Amino acid sequence: MVEFLFYIFAGLMVLSAIVVVTARNPVHSVLWLIVAFLNASGVFMLAGAEFLALILAIVYVGAVAVLFLFVVMMLDVDFEQLRGNFKKNLPAGVALGILLMVELVMLSLSWRVVPAVTTASSSDTGVTNTEALGRVLYTDYIVAFQGAGLVLLVAMIGAIVLTLRKRDGVRKQNIGVQVGRKISETLEIRSVKSGEGIS
Amino acid sequence: MDIANLLSFGLNTLLPILAGVLLISIPLMISVAYLTLAERKVIAAMQLRKGPNIVGPFGLFQPFADAIKMITKETIVPSGANRLLFMLAPMMTFILAMVAWAVIPVGLDFNGNPLVLADINLGILYLFAVSSLGVYGIIVAGWASNSTYAFLGALRSAAQMVSYEVSIGFIIVTVVLLNGSMNLTDIVNAQKDYWNALLLFPMFILFFISALAETNRSPFDLPEGESEIVAGYFVEYSSMSFGLFFLGEYANMILMSAMTVLLFLGGWLPPLDIAAFHAIPALIWFLFKVAMVLFCFLWVRATMPRYRYDQLMRLGWKVFLPLSLAMVVLTAAYVVYGR
Repeated sequence: MVEFLFYIFAGLMVLSAIVVVTARNPVHSVLWLIVAFLNASGVFMLAGAEFLALILAIVYVGAVAVLFLFVVMMLDVDFEQLRGNFKKNLPAGVALGILLMVELVMLSLSWRVVPAVTTASSSDTGVTNTEALGRVLYTDYIVAFQGAGLVLLVAMIGAIVLTLRKRDGVRKQNIGVQVGRKISETLEIRSVKSGEGIS
Repeated sequence: MDIANLLSFGLNTLLPILAGVLLISIPLMISVAYLTLAERKVIAAMQLRKGPNIVGPFGLFQPFADAIKMITKETIVPSGANRLLFMLAPMMTFILAMVAWAVIPVGLDFNGNPLVLADINLGILYLFAVSSLGVYGIIVAGWASNSTYAFLGALRSAAQMVSYEVSIGFIIVTVVLLNGSMNLTDIVNAQKDYWNALLLFPMFILFFISALAETNRSPFDLPEGESEIVAGYFVEYSSMSFGLFFLGEYANMILMSAMTVLLFLGGWLPPLDIAAFHAIPALIWFLFKVAMVLFCFLWVRATMPRYRYDQLMRLGWKVFLPLSLAMVVLTAAYVVYGR
């Protein structure tokens, strides 16, 4: 049953990944990317990594892909024009593809799995998935983990620096000032005599 | 697998699940129907009107009349719309609103076990994942409609929901830290002495307000914004495809109320640990609390003016995010050093 489900998820993942790169409409590409993410989440779930599966769904599908979709929908990309460069960029693309393929093959040939790992499963130890992950991340790999956090922080600050600009003549709402105002500063009650008005 | 095996698999495994699904979804649909009536009645009462009172006694059959009206109308697909995505979007909203209920424990059965379809380890994470997918129904609807108003509404709501999800995530982290589990049943049981609403009081208010934003309810109903972008993302929808959005929105409201109750108001636990309160079944307590939170949803709608868009973003990113982040640090410190 698990094997059957794996082939369904993996097959759908590969198919939708193919559609991502072949779809003519960029919005369709992003939507198929979401399908691919969801199937990857399903594969994680089958492997017993339910925490990773749900985090994948939350982070990639729930946040990253939303922003992708957001941007792609707003862009007015002329795809016929992009396709015009297809022939020019073909050699570079093919070279890059071959390079990645060779790397993948080399990796899969030299990849060794420690025997203990292939037989271990999270249910053996009685420790939940989340707890096991937390223990490993915050002890053995604390430096790498904090390093990754630092890189993300730098990226975030970079994004803010790139987009922050000071514009003149923008009237901004200062809620503190608004709330701090008193009635006596803003309102004045005068009794007006009929026919005279206020000077 | 031979026939007998298959049959026993079907009878023993699939049938209880199917029965559970029906036992959840049918009452949920009825609740959604009556929530629409309750909303009209509550708002009417707050505005000194009577509300629907013609169809049936006290207008009790109004939801059915609405449903029949909705179903018998014509479905219109605007020209230039993406047909498939246009029809898929309301279904996504509706299905996601229903699917989340699989992990909500609604009470205890006679043996004291939680009444839940799937009592999974990471229940709260699952709920968060499903609610973060909810934005797709809206954004796809807005794009597929091929209409400026719908698109504007979709963009607004995408930004809004993503912003408030961040603070909801941190609020959930504080609850998980304090209660030491991601299983919803464990979270409720950990609140036996004190509800999380007491221990994490500011987070409770923050969560409720974020829930309003997440479900696009007033005062954060900018995606709809009738006065500026007509009706936002579903302006092009008619008939039952509109009905599905409507049902999805109300099912989401009930879902967020149930989440508030489970995370902060002690789920099905009675407020005081005395025998008279324990005589009332757990399910009734749970439903009562959910109804109270739902009333607050309606109450807010009747009293608050709509936020402006920049105010909404400011509230989400500059107020809620720092507050909830600070609370995560505080709660973690309490869990490590305070106990």
